[in-house]
Amino acid sequence: MMRYLFRRLSHASLLVFGVSLLAFLFTTLAPGDYFDEMRLNPQIAPEALVALRAQYQLDRPLPLRYFSWLNSVLHGQMGFSFSYNSPVAPLLLVRAKNTLLLTITATLLAWVIALPLGIWSAERLGRFPDRLISVSTAVLLVIPDLVLALGLLVLAVRTGWFPTGGMASVDFASISPVHKIRDLAFHMTLPVAALVLSALPLLVRHVRAAVAEVLHAPFLLAAEGHGIPRGTLLLRYVLPAAANPLLSLFGFSIGALLSGSLLIEVVMSWPGLGPFLLEAILARDIYIVIGGVLFSTIFLAAGNFLADILLYWIDPRIRTENASR
Amino acid sequence: MASVLDIQNLQVSYWSREIRSRPVLSGVSFDLMSGEILGVLGESGSGKSTLAASVLRLLPPNGEISGGAVLFEGNNLLQADYQELRQIRGGRISLIFQEPSLALHPTIRVGEQVRQVLAAHQSSAKKELAERTREIFNRLFPEDADRIARSYPHQLSGGQRQRALIAQAIACNPAIVIADEPTAALDPVTQAEILAVFRSLREVLGLSMIFITHNPALLSGFADRILILYAGQVVEWGPANSVLQSPRHPYTRALFESLPPAPADSGKNRKQMLLVIPGSSSPTSLPRKGCSFEPRCPLKMDVCREFEPPLVKLGETHILSCFRYQ
Amino acid sequence: MEPILKVENLVKRYTKQNLVGVPQEFLALDSVSFTVSAGATLAIVGESGSGKSTVASCIACLETPTGGNLWFEGKNLAHAAENELRNLRPQIQLIFPDPASSLNPRWTILDIVAEPLVVQGKLSRSERMTRAFSLLERVGLSAEIAERPASELSGGQRQRLAIARALTLQPKILILDEALSALDCSVQAQIATLLIELQSSLGMTFLFISHDLAMAAYLADEIAVMSRGQIVEHGPAVKILQTPASEATRQLLAAVPQLSHAPQPAAQR
Repeated sequence: MMRYLFRRLSHASLLVFGVSLLAFLFTTLAPGDYFDEMRLNPQIAPEALVALRAQYQLDRPLPLRYFSWLNSVLHGQMGFSFSYNSPVAPLLLVRAKNTLLLTITATLLAWVIALPLGIWSAERLGRFPDRLISVSTAVLLVIPDLVLALGLLVLAVRTGWFPTGGMASVDFASISPVHKIRDLAFHMTLPVAALVLSALPLLVRHVRAAVAEVLHAPFLLAAEGHGIPRGTLLLRYVLPAAANPLLSLFGFSIGALLSGSLLIEVVMSWPGLGPFLLEAILARDIYIVIGGVLFSTIFLAAGNFLADILLYWIDPRIRTENASR
Repeated sequence: MASVLDIQNLQVSYWSREIRSRPVLSGVSFDLMSGEILGVLGESGSGKSTLAASVLRLLPPNGEISGGAVLFEGNNLLQADYQELRQIRGGRISLIFQEPSLALHPTIRVGEQVRQVLAAHQSSAKKELAERTREIFNRLFPEDADRIARSYPHQLSGGQRQRALIAQAIACNPAIVIADEPTAALDPVTQAEILAVFRSLREVLGLSMIFITHNPALLSGFADRILILYAGQVVEWGPANSVLQSPRHPYTRALFESLPPAPADSGKNRKQMLLVIPGSSSPTSLPRKGCSFEPRCPLKMDVCREFEPPLVKLGETHILSCFRYQ
Repeated sequence: MEPILKVENLVKRYTKQNLVGVPQEFLALDSVSFTVSAGATLAIVGESGSGKSTVASCIACLETPTGGNLWFEGKNLAHAAENELRNLRPQIQLIFPDPASSLNPRWTILDIVAEPLVVQGKLSRSERMTRAFSLLERVGLSAEIAERPASELSGGQRQRLAIARALTLQPKILILDEALSALDCSVQAQIATLLIELQSSLGMTFLFISHDLAMAAYLADEIAVMSRGQIVEHGPAVKILQTPASEATRQLLAAVPQLSHAPQPAAQR
């Protein structure tokens, strides 16, 4: 088991490392840098710009800069932000917490809805309820996330039921803890709703397919033939057998929701990584951008690693397959 | 001796878009005596697996029982409601499916799979269920019972999986066990072992069994009565010795003559041709009226093409459906 | 007469790593030797795991032996180069046990039979079609169903199709690895009769691998009994079955289910 986990962990680490390298390469090779804006300002002398660039090591060769950045990561700083004049890590962490709050809530909620819906659909395969769900998910799939988010905002504006942006009301600091939670929940509703709606079609369809395949398996018919009650059949026979594809999908859904959240955050003014990264990209604050990409990758790899562990625990065939390697 | 299961005029059909309704069992009737082993002999397309599944109403969604009755302990199973049926399935009548590698759940230990069957029918405490499970495994796996109970299906051999299926079937001491080709996927040595298991279970537990197979040789010295199924109909049914030693129906006789001679007899009549029944029994080549076997029958008469043969009784216990014996 | 196939001290070892990293070895074939004369049928019987399918794979050049020699018409298959093997493989054809999964169900029957010719690339399309139709006729599949997909065939018809496809490139040796085991009894009789007829008219050599001793006895001139990767007995079929010398053979014989008496002619009207 240890060997399996170790192998999985080393894959994940290699992935993160590789992505960091590529991210670094792409952002630094893109034309322009943070100080380009200043060139337009006649009050700043060109020598000053050269000095600034040297100060921030922007004139050093690429490999040196990369190793210097790696060093900074190992020290917990992840590079330096030009705009904020501070190490990148603490800036990212604050925003990352907000993004994680959205993403994790949306992931859990999406699965809580998709599982029963997919199972229900699979049990009635081909009949009216299943077709209805298929059509609805197809429609949702086609609508771009942006349109979904804007649509929800319009709803908020028209009805006034939900705040139209931000994470906290103006008087947040002064209200009681219970009200604080309620306030947060209200602010989260729209972004989470947008994320869940964008992820649902994929999840529902895959759950439906995985469960439908198990429902027609001989061992299920055999269990039914032994008089096993329906509830037990579903929980102890169907779901564990469908776990394999579904757990892999779980790992993937975390990544998908994370990247979707960046866009939604920008639209709904949620103070997470999304708006922060956008701003940094526009300003060429490259270390923030690279840091953001790195963070997303780590989160995605962690999600997949979790799925791997769960799968190893649930499916004994993977254990013996690994034993024979 | 009382009859423990009574099947009357069972009619089952499958529905598909191309062929609409296709009859798979057309009026099958027989009964099973208490403590009897009934061998059901049939080749592919005869409807034998459909017969097994129909008793417990485990047909696929496109299968439909269009007529007849299945009488068990005073009830017609075809009209029982879901709760009654669930109690009977695995509790009073067990079905052992073909293909042991597919009939076991891939990610649940086999001991647990047997325990689940017990738990579905008995509301005993956990300890008692565990005790009973251990008892069953000790009976079927004289050595290694604990290790096997803790194993997953893919860690077991074909013979061991088959025994695990048998364990599930007898867990609740049912009155009847229906076994659908339980030895088809096994090599002869394991096959003989499994047959021995069934024999001993019959002696010790007093089970009544319906043993479905396509190989007549397996039923020799094992079944009490034999029923031959062809194209969804009973063509011959009688005491095993009588059917095996003097088969009457042209299909039964042709079937027995198409078997290669026993290895011990292979010295005589070397390379004598096996009797080949021309044609096939696939659904598309069945005649629309008259006797289903008529196109391939070496003894056919004109009347066979026009009318369905009646059921003829030879002596007290031997029944067949053929014009030749009227 | 020089035998068409000579297996000499064939060894096949499988290795796999276990959890700790220590390689575990499994000896599937432990110095197997036998010869087969041209036009004859050799049956290889044994319980599961005895190595009979491994022998088949090695002879059909699907696996490379770990040791030993495989002489086919004077050439050593165990040590042949890949391009030599490519020429030799078509002469030794293998029929698999499961008719359902060894043929592509979506292809038409005609396409399946003609495929080896397409790959070989020597005949024109009309020549290939003619050849395919004549092969189908040979194995008893009527021309009317030639355009139907393979999924519509019954088990027996699929094995006929597999045999037809195997015959396309005019092989010298046909290996039947449990080819009849999945079929109904009466269908087995049909295919067995077809095989006997093909052998007498085409002069082919058959290797019949099975655990069905009765059918092996019926089809074969010689029988080799395998147990745990070794041949424990080899000789004329009749002699082995009536006077078995090894425990393995006795066990196999004892396990064969038989009708207790041959059917007697029933008294008819």
